[in-house]
Parts: sequence; structure tokens; C-alpha cells
Amino acid sequence: MTPRLGIALTALLASASAAHAWEPTKAIEIVVPFSAGGASDQMARTIQGIIQKNGLVSQPIVIVNKPAAAGGEAMLDIKASPGDAHKLITTSSGIFMTPMTSKLPVTWKDFTPVAMLAQDAFGLWVNGASPHKTAGDFVTAAKSANPPLKVGGTGAKREDQLLSIAMEKTAGIKLSYIPHQGGGAASVQLAGKHLEATTNNPAEEFANWRSGSTRPLCVFSEKRMTYGDPVAGDQSWADIPTCREQGLDVSYQMLRGMFMPGKVTAEQQAFYVNLFKRVSETADWKEYLARNALVADFRAGEPFVEFLKADEKKHEALLSEAGFLVAK
Amino acid sequence: MEELQSLMGGFQVALSWHNVAFMVIGVLLGIVVGVLPGLGGPNGVAILLPLTFGMDPTSAIILLSSIYWGALFGGAITAVLFNIPGEAWSVATTFDGYPMAVKGRAGEALTAAFTASFIGAVSGVVLITFVAPLIAEFALRFGPAEFFAVFLLTFCSFIGMGKDNKAKIVIALCLGFLLAAVGLDTISGDLRMTFDVTELMRGFDFLVVVIGLFGVSEIMLSVEEGLQFKGSKAAIDLRVVLRTWASLPRYWATLVRSAVVGMWMGVTPGGAIAASFMGYGLAKRFSRNSANLGQGEIEGVLAPETAAHAAGTSALLPMLALGIPGSATAAVLLGGLMIWGLQPGPMLFVEQKDFVWGLIASMYLGNFAGLVIVLATVPLFAAIMRIPFSIVAPIILIVCAIGAYTVSNSTFDIWLMLVFGVVGYVFKKLDYPLAPLVLAIVLGDRAEDAIRSALIGSVGDLGVFFSNGLVSTLMVLSLVLLLWGPLSSLLASLRDGLGGSRTPRSAP
Repeated sequence: MTPRLGIALTALLASASAAHAWEPTKAIEIVVPFSAGGASDQMARTIQGIIQKNGLVSQPIVIVNKPAAAGGEAMLDIKASPGDAHKLITTSSGIFMTPMTSKLPVTWKDFTPVAMLAQDAFGLWVNGASPHKTAGDFVTAAKSANPPLKVGGTGAKREDQLLSIAMEKTAGIKLSYIPHQGGGAASVQLAGKHLEATTNNPAEEFANWRSGSTRPLCVFSEKRMTYGDPVAGDQSWADIPTCREQGLDVSYQMLRGMFMPGKVTAEQQAFYVNLFKRVSETADWKEYLARNALVADFRAGEPFVEFLKADEKKHEALLSEAGFLVAK
Repeated sequence: MEELQSLMGGFQVALSWHNVAFMVIGVLLGIVVGVLPGLGGPNGVAILLPLTFGMDPTSAIILLSSIYWGALFGGAITAVLFNIPGEAWSVATTFDGYPMAVKGRAGEALTAAFTASFIGAVSGVVLITFVAPLIAEFALRFGPAEFFAVFLLTFCSFIGMGKDNKAKIVIALCLGFLLAAVGLDTISGDLRMTFDVTELMRGFDFLVVVIGLFGVSEIMLSVEEGLQFKGSKAAIDLRVVLRTWASLPRYWATLVRSAVVGMWMGVTPGGAIAASFMGYGLAKRFSRNSANLGQGEIEGVLAPETAAHAAGTSALLPMLALGIPGSATAAVLLGGLMIWGLQPGPMLFVEQKDFVWGLIASMYLGNFAGLVIVLATVPLFAAIMRIPFSIVAPIILIVCAIGAYTVSNSTFDIWLMLVFGVVGYVFKKLDYPLAPLVLAIVLGDRAEDAIRSALIGSVGDLGVFFSNGLVSTLMVLSLVLLLWGPLSSLLASLRDGLGGSRTPRSAP
């Protein structure tokens, strides 16, 4: 841990003075550990577009989806490329959970933290034609449902399943959690009425919400989202109540960030910290954050590492409570 | 005429200069792949798949599907000139193509083969153009139970309609399921059958498996058989082409029959190989000069080639619209779609209109380009056959190894490829079919996810598979297809009286 921390610190110092000491010499590959259409994928493709549109890097950016093994494939791929400064991985909380719930020989400490770009909220979504108006309606329906209501999300033993378990415990209900390959797939299933609800991120349901196929009941955040422009009809992200407001006391947010493989130089790390800092300052990025209702929260260097350590502890506790922790 | 409008949009996508360039490159590569006995459509596409990871999915599928067209064309060249089928689906082409070449009518035979391929392909594309949009409207009706029923339908039709020994198909499928289960399980989030070996945690990548099963094993077989080339010369000039074309209308019945058989075999997973044999078999049964078939009749070339190419093209329809591959190459392309981040299946037509229609338009253009290119380059490819096999074989092997390595930059995968090469060799020696194995590796995971998701939702109640018209129909159809072989042979033996043959194999 300490050498990596050292690198992070050096990078922070270096970013001011020697930001251009290193430049990529070939195409940069951004590995997305989830399937296309999911929130991680959309973020990576937006960043790709912003970098190319604004000419922030002279080399092309390539997006590679490696969804196998719940992102484990992508993490193993990055672990297997130490020192490769032309490779990045987009991350979510999966960076803690995938290693903790499997015996995969990888942790985030094998990587070089670059930056946290935003935090992502989760919502409770239902079909556009669903009779439920509030989280309370959903809980009432779940209490009398037999077989239990079907709730879809991404993967097993991850954020979405933790949310389902948290809802079950808090409201004293029973749900059938159904894992999907990605949030996009779950959203399509919800639109086709094969699920009663999803716990998707805003970005994963955005298109279907706009088309009226699905709609949000509440958001699993401490407070309401801040974006007040109309999204679907006259509804804005800020109009969505928190689940806590509606009596379902569950809250959870997830980091979205970028990592590099281990053993890269401080100059290389500094290059990307600077790059993503510039990306985060563009109007396109701010528009993207607003459209997907992401919480703007750029962190690099020491603050990012501190955040990672705290977040890792939080997830360890959540997973252990759900009985998903694997002894190594 | 919404289809025509979408198709015009598709032509705009496909006719951009870089997509046309990919099309021409693809067809040329495909012809090489089709001509070389060690390579083939599925592994030609598999080897090149990693190169397309960074490409726009539309360009990528245009490149890869053009390789497919090229391979379908190329397979006929060696079949006619050297009596060596470059592809399994060209075997039936050798029956009359090679005798024609021996009689000095090679040019005529090749023109007939290529033109028949083109006609077959265009019938397949027309089918896709007008049926695909209808399938897209089903999009949202597919939940996990329906998806499972579709997968079951595929597996059952492989067993029921397959021309190989049923028990062997089932064994190949089961082996595929076993291999597909290795790695991380989506539903439970746990690792399975990895024995704490890091490399196994990724699961078996179907690309590596396919390259080994098809490419490496074919080389081993060729080496064993002491393959030698003794080619006849082919001269194609415009006069021969025109004369052959002028004679084609006489064979319209054969062309239509083969095209229909091919389209059916492509949409159901019968595949191009079965279709080519069936097309030839039907021509032999119904043709006016059936007695001469096998001694160098142009009809004997037209029938299998039309059917093979119609099947090869139609095989892309179930792959795109339902996510079910109709052939081994389509199975490889299916994996490609997922790697590019496209979810094959009903939603593809809703969410990725540009991609789908660009591809369909490129099918018309790619096959046209293929016909022109293949007619122009026959002498060149005939020359390849004169390179000694001892030089060609190692080159093919190196290409295979590069392809396997590129999948995830792992040398372990090269060993895996060699192991699967041996598996493929043993399969072929023991007459086990490879396509069901590949199918199960590609779809096994998804079928398992679907059935388990459906059962989680219904809390274990199997009634979910008969809960609405769509899923019930699919399930019943699956069972009918599964029992098709035994039933039809039972009926046949009843018709023939009790002394009739009880063997489930039908005549080729």
C-alpha cells in the first residue's frame, strides 16, 4: 500500500509542474468492466467523445468492454498489464465487491488510482404503467405478493442485490432479486413487464424513462438530486423524492472513477490526473453529469485514496452483513 | 414499405468509403480463408475478430460478414479445381464440379458455382430484409422464460434436425455446457470449476476453443492424410461467363428449390453444410436428368451452392433477431456482437437500427462485390494451391496461435487452443459433430441464466414455461423438433410396411 500511496502523493505534486513530461505514444485503451449500455460504459464513451472533440490527447481512445466474471475479467486484465500506461479501467464499487465476494486474486491496491469522477445514485424504478405511485405502494404490494415481486439489477452479490437485501430488511418484505448482465438489460426487462422493479442507476433508465416505458418511485440517496431541468415530461431529477422521505429508509451511492495498472511512473499517472481534471471542467462533462444525474465529485491523489479506504470498509461491512464475504 | 426506407438508410451507411473498403478486404480475406483447407469461415472470422475490437461495430460486422461471404465463395474454388472442399459445405460441390473440371469445363463449373452462390445469398438477404422487422416487434415480449425457450428450441433442433448421430450431438452439446459453466456464475456471483487456477476463472473463451477445434484440428487431419494438390487449370473469360449465365434460366426449378431449402436450413440451425447436401439430394431426386448427376452436370453444381449460400446468409437472421446462431460462423459472429457491446436479440432492431440496416445493405453489396472479385481472381487463387502444403500448414498454425493469443494476451490460451485442436481432431476421427459443442459453449451460459432467472421469478414453478402463448409455442416446437428424427423415421418405417428400415439417417 505505502509505495502506491507514495506514487499518488508524488503524482499530486508532479501534476502541477511536470504535467506534460509524459505523453501517450499509442492508442489509449479504456477497459469497461461491464457490458455496453450500462452506466460505466456510457461514462467511458462520453469521456472518449470529450477527449477527442476537444483534442485533449493526440492519440485515439479505444473502449473495450470486458464484462465477464462481474468485472473480474477486466480487473485481472489490468492486473496482468503492470506498467502499461496506455490502459485505464473505469471503476465502480465493484472494485471492492468483486474481489471480496470471490476468490479472485486481485484488489484495487494492485492498481494505480487516478481519479474519482463522480458519484452515482440508485433509484427504485417501475414500469411506466405500474399502479405504484410511491415507495410505500411498492412496499405494500410486496408484503402481500406471492410469489415475491421480481426486482432486477446488475450481477449478483453487488450494489443492486445489496439494495434489494437492504429493502427486505428495512421494510420487512421478501423480494426475488434477479441478476442481469447489465443495467441496460434489466431496464429492457422492466419495460417488457418481466420485472416489477429495478434498482438501476439514473443513466441506465434515462432512455426508458423519457420514452415513458419506466419511471422512478424514489432515489436511494441521503438527499434529493440537484438537477432541476425537466427530463421526462415536466419531471426533473430533483422532483424524485428520496426513498427515506417515503418511509423506505435505505441509502447508498457508488463511486465512479478511473484507475491505471500498477507500476506506472508518477509522470504517467500525473498525465491522466491532469487529463481527467480537464475533462471534468468541460461543458460537455457537466452536461453529461446533469443528464445522468451524477453527483459531481472530482477527487485525485490523497483525497481519492482516503475516500477509497473509507468506502472499502463500508462495503466490507455491508457484504459481511449480507453473508456474501468470502474468506481468503 | 418501411423496410425499403430503412434499407436505403442502410445503404447510406454501407456505402461510406471505409465500409466499402472493409467489404472488399473482407471478401478477399474470405476467399483466401475459403480456399485454404486449414482455414474456414468460423475460424477465419474468429482469428480476425480481435482486430475489430476497436472498430465501430457496423464496420466490424461488415468486415467480418464479408469474410463469411468470401469464404462461402472461396470454398467452391478448390472443390471444383482440385476435388478438395475448402469448406465442409463445398463437399457436395465436388460431386459434379470436379468431373466438369476434368472434362475441361472448369470455367463453366466455377461460373455456375459463383453465380449460384450469389443467387442463394440474395434470396437469403431478401428474406432477412422483409422478415427481420416483423421479428423486432416481438422485442419486448421476451422475458427469461421466453429466452430459455428459444435456446431450448435451438438445442432441440440441433438434435432433432442434425444429420449426425443423435447421441453424438447430445454428447457434444453436454460437453459444451460443461465448458460454458466454467468461470463466474452470473446468478450466484460465485466461481465454478476453476480449481483455484487463475486462467480458468475467465472461463473458456469460445474464440480460443473455435480456433483450436476448427483450425488446428483440420491441419492435423490434412497432415495425416498426406494432402497433395494436383490441380487442373482454370481459364475464365467473359465468353464462358456469359455462355454459362445464358444457360441458367433452364435450371430455375433447381435454383428455387435449393434457395428455399437453404433459407429454411439457415433459419432453423440446420446450417450450410446440411443445406448443401439436402439441395444436392433433392436435385438428384427431382431433376429431369438425374441419372447424369455425379458425372459432371452443371445442375449438380448449382444445387448445393445455391442451398449452401442461402443457408449461410439466412443463418444471420436468427442470430440478429433472436440471438441464436444458425451456423458455426454465425455463432462466432454472435460472440463478436457481444464483445462489441451489442446485445444480440430482439432489441437489436429497436436500439441499433443503423447497425442492423447497415449490415443488411452490406449483405447485398458484399455478395455483389464477392461475385465480381471471385470471377476476376480465380487464376490467382488457383496459384495458391500450388504452394506446397508443408509451407502453407505452418503459416496457418502461426495465424491460429496469434488469433488465440490476441483474445486476452495470454500464452495459456495458445496451449488451450492446441488442446482443443486435439479435441477437434478426436471429434472428427470419431465422427462427432463440432457445431453443437461450439453452440453450447456460446449459448450454454445464457440458457442457464435464463432458466434460473425464470425459476427465481416463479419461485421454482415450472409452469412459467407454459404461462403464455409465445413461450408455450416455443416449448412445444422445441419438443416437436427434438422428437422429429425418431418420429419421421417411425412414420417412414410404417409407410414402408413393417420390413422398412429403422435407421434414423435419411439419404443425403
